[in-house]
Amino acid sequence: MRKLVATAVAGVLAAAMPATAQDALKVGFVATFSGPNAALGEHLYQGFMLGLDHAGGKFGGMATEVLKEDDQLKPDVGVQVVRKLIERDKVDVVSGVVFSNVMMAIHKPLTEAKTPMISANAGPSPIAGKLCSPYFFAASWQNDQSHEAVGRHLQTKGVGRVFLMAPNYQAGRDGLAGFKRYFKGEVLGEVYTTVNQPDYSAELAQIRAAKPEAVYVFYPGGMGVNFVKQYAQAGLTKEFPLYSAFTVDATTLPAQGEAAVGTFTAAFWSDDLANAASKRFVADYRKKYGSAPSTYAAQGYDAARLLDAGVKAAGAKATDGTALAAALKQAKFESVRGPFRFNTNNFPIHDFYLIETVKGDDGQVRQVNRGVVFKDHADAYASQCPMK
Amino acid sequence: MARVAVWAGLLAAAILLPIAADAVGETYYVGLATRILVFALAAVALDLVLGHGGMVSLGHAAFLGIGAYSVGIWTTHGVTSAGVHWATAIAAGGAFALATGLLALRTAGVAFIMITLAFGQMLYFLAVSLKGYGGDDGLTLWEAARLGPLDLGHDATLYWVSLAWLVAALLLCRRLVASPFGLVLQASRSNERRARALGLEVGRHRLAAYVLSGALTSIAGALLVHATDFVSPAYMGWQRSGELVVMVILGGVGTLAGGVFGAAALILLEEVLAGLTQHWMLLLGALLIAMALLSRRGVAGLLDRLRGRA
Amino acid sequence: MDPVLVLTQALNGLQLGVMLFLMAAGLTLVFGIMGLINLAHGALYMAGAYAMAATVAATDSFLAGIAAALLAAAAVGAVVEMAALRRLYDRDHLDQVLATFGLILCFNELVRLIWGPAALFVTVPPALSGTVEIFAGVPYPAYRLAVIAVGIAVAGGLYLLIARTRLGMLIRAGASNRTMVAALGVDIRLLYTAVFALGAALAALAGAIAAPLLSVEPGMGEPVLILTLVVIVVGGIGSIRGAFVAALLIGFIDTMGRAFLPAMLREVTGPATAAAVGPALASMLIYLTMAVVLAVRPQGLFAARTG
Repeated sequence: MRKLVATAVAGVLAAAMPATAQDALKVGFVATFSGPNAALGEHLYQGFMLGLDHAGGKFGGMATEVLKEDDQLKPDVGVQVVRKLIERDKVDVVSGVVFSNVMMAIHKPLTEAKTPMISANAGPSPIAGKLCSPYFFAASWQNDQSHEAVGRHLQTKGVGRVFLMAPNYQAGRDGLAGFKRYFKGEVLGEVYTTVNQPDYSAELAQIRAAKPEAVYVFYPGGMGVNFVKQYAQAGLTKEFPLYSAFTVDATTLPAQGEAAVGTFTAAFWSDDLANAASKRFVADYRKKYGSAPSTYAAQGYDAARLLDAGVKAAGAKATDGTALAAALKQAKFESVRGPFRFNTNNFPIHDFYLIETVKGDDGQVRQVNRGVVFKDHADAYASQCPMK
Repeated sequence: MARVAVWAGLLAAAILLPIAADAVGETYYVGLATRILVFALAAVALDLVLGHGGMVSLGHAAFLGIGAYSVGIWTTHGVTSAGVHWATAIAAGGAFALATGLLALRTAGVAFIMITLAFGQMLYFLAVSLKGYGGDDGLTLWEAARLGPLDLGHDATLYWVSLAWLVAALLLCRRLVASPFGLVLQASRSNERRARALGLEVGRHRLAAYVLSGALTSIAGALLVHATDFVSPAYMGWQRSGELVVMVILGGVGTLAGGVFGAAALILLEEVLAGLTQHWMLLLGALLIAMALLSRRGVAGLLDRLRGRA
Repeated sequence: MDPVLVLTQALNGLQLGVMLFLMAAGLTLVFGIMGLINLAHGALYMAGAYAMAATVAATDSFLAGIAAALLAAAAVGAVVEMAALRRLYDRDHLDQVLATFGLILCFNELVRLIWGPAALFVTVPPALSGTVEIFAGVPYPAYRLAVIAVGIAVAGGLYLLIARTRLGMLIRAGASNRTMVAALGVDIRLLYTAVFALGAALAALAGAIAAPLLSVEPGMGEPVLILTLVVIVVGGIGSIRGAFVAALLIGFIDTMGRAFLPAMLREVTGPATAAAVGPALASMLIYLTMAVVLAVRPQGLFAARTG
């Protein structure tokens, strides 16, 4: 007990020490690291740190210190840690952030402090549209883009009647709206379920009764595991092909296993892409962490690559928020997704691929890239952003 | 007399904190301290019903949410007067407490814990589906609230305003507890049957305390939004209600001022433990269990015991 | 309304109901006999699911997984009861809330330490992986039918245990008068530990059979815990019979509400309002039920004892 107290006191003292090093680059990395939803944060962080390794441990050649902070998936705690990073630790740039609600909460303090933010995951629509900021950059995507890609794919494929499902929260409603932006066929049902609902039997019965040509769902994380398992268990996969976004990915696939075989999704990247940056990333990620990288890890990696290029371009002025933001906007770097450029709202314009989950000859379940469904896809909100 | 001196000293130190923080250039701690004051206010309000009325509410985060959305909804419609925000928070929080209290107070003990939890969850799901006000993603407020000439977007100003609310709430609750009203409340807690037999209107007193507590907690919710410029259903999850109860217990149940120490203890603990290890929740959990098993009167009890030994 | 759909949804409601009963039985027993409000009951459910997942991964046997889940949770339950919770029986509900809230944090974090933050996978046993036609043209997942069967069998077994055995007699006596049982010279501490372990095992059984349907991950116990709390309060705290009736009631209301409420609302208010309000109302339905029940009968449907 006494030792615990001693360490605690030491921790407080260490935390209270003011920043001293001046010409080092300080990066705040905020994500959800504790509690039940911690898996994605860890993926982002691992990808980001691999990006730092590839930059020789120094972004843009500057000595770099990464401060890891946990937002606990609570928006007010997110604001708290971001204030700490800005006011006490005096960081030059912030990255990370898994969940949109945390991103929305910390957007204002970051923008007001003129501290550049490189999102490694969350890309909520308000920040892509009206609330866009010269200090905000998405190294990931705008939330709706994957949904739009699946909608577009089903539209080109000529599918007529679909059934849609998502959790009853903002991201769910935005997601299905994004899908319908490019899918013009008939929507037989649009069901919003309670957030973190464990059992979907009632809704699966509705799908069976509606007899759609395809089903499209958005169930991130544990909800996706529950849904996909129950969908396959009810024997629906063969009758009604399942399309999804953020539902079947490297983080959920180990828990879904064969239940996910035969389902389709869309993503900006998959680990079998042929470009050199992606191949190097996948190989070194396996070497460092001993597992295949997820799309989340790829986003974390791209966030680091973007920052590296931005700091290099800004040179000695990288510790000035405005200068760094301007450099980030122009930054050229080798993204794992191949071609990458920013739209006027600092969200990427990039390709989307159709991804199928298959069972290989070796019995392993994996995701295979089935080709581009959307070339140079820009998000739908850029026109609302006043930036040019 | 010595007690008064101690409290006056504490208050003086609290008032001077932002100036001291500014002098040494550590303005971050003003924000942290504001957070403590806000949760302290909520904990004091909860202690009024929990400690003095024996009503263990596991749904008090709902009131935080009501206060939060009072500020959020007015601000999106361009009304930035904190006076209007607070009046709405008090009215809405009080009304919700009245409506749910009428039902919940028909039960007691564990059923009361559960029914408050249920009402909290209902409001949470309602907020999640509030599409016009951000739903689950929440709502960023771009304009700070104003109180007459005061700009609540200014960290130190908000700190002092929160401090004023906390002190006012403490004084109010103290007077109330010492008044005949408070005596009825206490009597009904220690022996409800006897209190009823004496002809005391137990139900109405409890309801009044519950409404007051709800209104004060709503103010805490409003202040939380002034501090974060952000509203979200995450403010009203049931874990948040649990944390409020933990704060009250940590500080010492039925001591009112204990809520202040409990809030400070829990928030600082999170801050320190999170710096130590990613698995800090394990340490916090163990600490809570130890607290429940060993000391029954929280930080206040611990202080007393230390004083007795010294 | 489509009768086939209604029938399927009724089965779904039944399945959710029996799962809730497995959870509620232990919780309500522990409260009825020891007067302990155990928020960490959901953590035991999670422990069951994890023991199941780990054992199935190691042995490839579904039954071994169930056995491991029962044993592990009973053991964990007994240890926690003896080490900590037994000191809280005569305390305030407040201390109990604090300690068991702490236990939730500990269990979730321990699970994350041991198995990592990602969800684990449990497959449905091949024999139960298909669908069964209950009536011609009404396919229903075989595994869910098995869940219903197990749930009803356990409920029946529990009834026999409580109505016909010596342990059951002590449990009944304990629920109605605790001091009396102690005065009879029964080793009350052992009885308490046994009851707690039994409740833990039932929760673990629910977790284990839910594992192939659900994501096995840290924090999976909390949503179920909240539902379970609603069940035992509606049923009357301490009453097994109440828990059974309330579990089925809540299971039906929740399932039917989700299935039909948005559609019914569309008829009444038009699609725009229905889309906005329907899902939220469906989520709140069980809490509304609870409020109504408590408003009419504050002690719940079947009150075991007062206080």
